[in-house]
Amino acid sequence: MVLFLYDKTFEGLLSCIFFAYAQKRFPDMILSATDQQPLFADERYVVDTDKEKASRVWSSLEKKLSKIARKMMMSVWISGLPETEMLLFRYIRKNLDHPQGVELNFGDADVLRVKEIAQQISREAHRIVQFVRFQETADGIWFAPIAPRYNMLPVVVNQFLSRYATQPWILYDTTRNRGLYWDTHTVQDVSFSPADLAELRLGQLEGEKQSDDEQLFQQIWREYFRSITIRERLNPKLQQQHMPKKYWKYLTELQQ
Amino acid sequence: MKLSFRQRSIFKISGDMKPTEFTYFVCIFRGCKLLVLLTLKTMNEKILEKLSILADAAKYDVSCASSGTSRTAVKGGIGTTTGWGICHSFTPDGRCISLFKILLTNHCIYDCAYCTNRRSNDVKRTAFTPRELAELTIAFYQRNYIEGLFLSSGVIRNPDYTMEQMLRVVKLLRDEYRFNGYIHMKAIPGASDELIAQAGRYVDRMSVNLEIPSEENLKLLAPEKSYSEVFAPMRFIQQGMLESAEERKKFRSAPRFVPAGQSTQLIIGATPDSDRQILTLASALYRRPSFKRVYYSGYIPVNRGDSRLPALATPPLVRENRLYQADWLMRFYAFNASEIVNETHPDLDLDVDPKMGWALRHPEFFPVDVNTAPYEMILRVPGIGVKSAKLIVVSRRYGRLSIPQLKKIGVVMKRAQYFIVNRELPMQTVNELTPQYVRRQVTQKQKNRAAALLQYPIEWGE
Repeated sequence: MVLFLYDKTFEGLLSCIFFAYAQKRFPDMILSATDQQPLFADERYVVDTDKEKASRVWSSLEKKLSKIARKMMMSVWISGLPETEMLLFRYIRKNLDHPQGVELNFGDADVLRVKEIAQQISREAHRIVQFVRFQETADGIWFAPIAPRYNMLPVVVNQFLSRYATQPWILYDTTRNRGLYWDTHTVQDVSFSPADLAELRLGQLEGEKQSDDEQLFQQIWREYFRSITIRERLNPKLQQQHMPKKYWKYLTELQQ
Repeated sequence: MKLSFRQRSIFKISGDMKPTEFTYFVCIFRGCKLLVLLTLKTMNEKILEKLSILADAAKYDVSCASSGTSRTAVKGGIGTTTGWGICHSFTPDGRCISLFKILLTNHCIYDCAYCTNRRSNDVKRTAFTPRELAELTIAFYQRNYIEGLFLSSGVIRNPDYTMEQMLRVVKLLRDEYRFNGYIHMKAIPGASDELIAQAGRYVDRMSVNLEIPSEENLKLLAPEKSYSEVFAPMRFIQQGMLESAEERKKFRSAPRFVPAGQSTQLIIGATPDSDRQILTLASALYRRPSFKRVYYSGYIPVNRGDSRLPALATPPLVRENRLYQADWLMRFYAFNASEIVNETHPDLDLDVDPKMGWALRHPEFFPVDVNTAPYEMILRVPGIGVKSAKLIVVSRRYGRLSIPQLKKIGVVMKRAQYFIVNRELPMQTVNELTPQYVRRQVTQKQKNRAAALLQYPIEWGE
C-alpha cells in the first residue's frame, strides 16, 4: 500500500497530485500527520506543500474543467468528509488522464459522488437561507443561531450580506462555536464563552436580552403560522420532508 | 406598533424636588406607563386578531412562489430576491410559506359560492391599514420569516377603491421602507387600467384568479363575475410586460413591469369540469408569453349547505396531485394537453401518474434504448425525469450506461424497467408483458400511497 502524508491544505492536496505524477507513484491513502495511520504501509511519502506546483496543477485543471466542476471540487473540499482526499485525488487524476476531461461522465462513480457531495452542500446552504431566524436583541443586533452539518458560514455569508446590509447581524454556528458579525460596515469573526453558548443553544434568547418588540413579533409570526394552515389538508409527513426535524429547534414558529 | 417605551425619557425627575412632588410625579409616571402598556396591549391584540382573521381568509389561495425574478441589493434598502424562490417554512399541511400571504380586508361586495369571504357569510370582518401591513412585512422580513409579501384582498366598496388601497401598501413598502424583496399582488378584476399600470411598476408578480375552469360554471357559482372581466386585466398585464421588455432593449434603465410574470388559480372539484377542460385551459394560458404558473387548488367545502356545490368529505388531493404532474409534463416534458387527456380519456387516471398513463396507452413508442435514443424520447420514459435524462445524454458519450449506473444517476427502475432496453435486462418490456400487466404491477404501490395520503388524521388543537 502506498501512503501519502500531507498538511491538510488544498494546496497540499494539489502538491500530492504533482508529486504522484512526478514520481509515478499513486497513493491508496492520503492522510495528514495527525490522522491515525495504518500499521502496514509498503511505501510512505511525506509530500511537502509547494504553492507553485499546486498552482501548476490548478491551472491545468482550469483548462480542462468548467467553472461549475471546479466549484463542485471546492464543495467536496469544504465538506471535510473522510473520503475527501482520495475522492478528489481520483477525480483530478481521471480528468488529467482523459484528453477532454470526464466531468460530464456521470456513469463514473467518482464523478457522480463529487456531484452528490456538492449537491448536499448546496442543499444545506439553501436550507440555511430558508430556515435562519433572526431575533432582535436589546442592543439592536439581529441574532441567528444555526447548527449545520458542514461549516457553512463562508458559503452563505454573501447572501445575508446583500440581503440584510442595513441591519447589524450575527450568524452563529452553535456546533462549531463561531460566528460572523456584520456591523453594517465589515464582517468579523466572533465567538461566545461556553456559558453563553449553552444559552444560545436553547434557540431563544432570554427575555431581557431581546428588544422590546421581539416577543410580540415572534407571537404574531406563530399566530400567522397557525392561521395559514389548512386543517382539511394536514400532511405532517410532507412538512417534515421539506423541513427536516433537525432544523426545528431554531425555528420561531415551532418553538413553545 | 413601534410605540414601545420610548416615552420613558419624557418623565425625567430632577433631584431638587420635594418628596411630595416626587411621589406625585412617580404616580403620574406609573399611571402613564400603565396607560401606555394597556394601549399597547390592546393594540397588539387587535393586530393579532386582524392577522389571524385575514391570514385565515387568505390561506385558500395556493400560489406562494417567490421565483421568476432577481433583484440585487440596493443601497440603503432591505432585501434581495433570487431567481429560484425560497420557502422559509412549511405549515403542517405541507405547504410552503414563502411570502407573507395576507388579505388587506375580508370585506367583500361579491357573493361567490366557493369563497369563504363572500358577502352572505356571517364572519368577522376586518381590515389592515396600509401602514400596519407594511410594518408587519418589514418586521417579518428582517427576521427572515418571509421572502416578501403576497397581497390580496376582498373587494371593498368597488374594485378601484380596493386596488388603490393595495397600491398604497406596495408604494409604502418600496418608496418609504426601501423594501427590495418580492411582492406578489392580486389584480382586482374590474379595476382601472391606470391603477394596474401603476401597480405593475412596483410588484414582481401579478395574478388574477380564474377560479372556475369553465365560464358557464363560473356564472352559476359567481353570478357577478365573468371570464371577460378576468381576462381583461390578464391581457393588460401581458401587454405591459411585453412593452416594458421592448423598452428595456432600447434603454437598460427603463422601468420593469411585473418582471416575474403572472399566474392564476383554478379550483378543482367544485364543479363537474373534466380534467380535459382544465388542462386545455391551462395549456392555452401557458401559450401566452407572460404566463408562469397555473395553480390547482383542491376544493375545500368552506361554505356548507350550498346546493350548487358538492358535499366532499375530503378535498380531492390525489386529483390535484395528478393535475400538477400533468402540468409539469406540459411545462418541462414537451407534452401536449391532448396527449395527456383526450375525448376517450377526459379525466386523469388516479392510480397511475399521467406520464405512465400516456406510456401505457402508447406501447408502440417503446422500448427506448437510453444509450442511443434522442433526449426527447428518453424524457418520455416513465421513471426518468428531466435531471436523469440530461445526465444520461451527457454521460453516454463516455460509454454505454449499465443498469446500476442508471440507478445511481437517479432513474427509477421500478417504473422504467418496462420501457427501456438494455443488454442486462431480459426482454420484458411493455410490449411483451402487455400494458394491463404493467399497469397492475405499478399501481399496487401507488394505490397504497394514494390511500395513505388521505389517511392523515384531522385533529388540530384549537
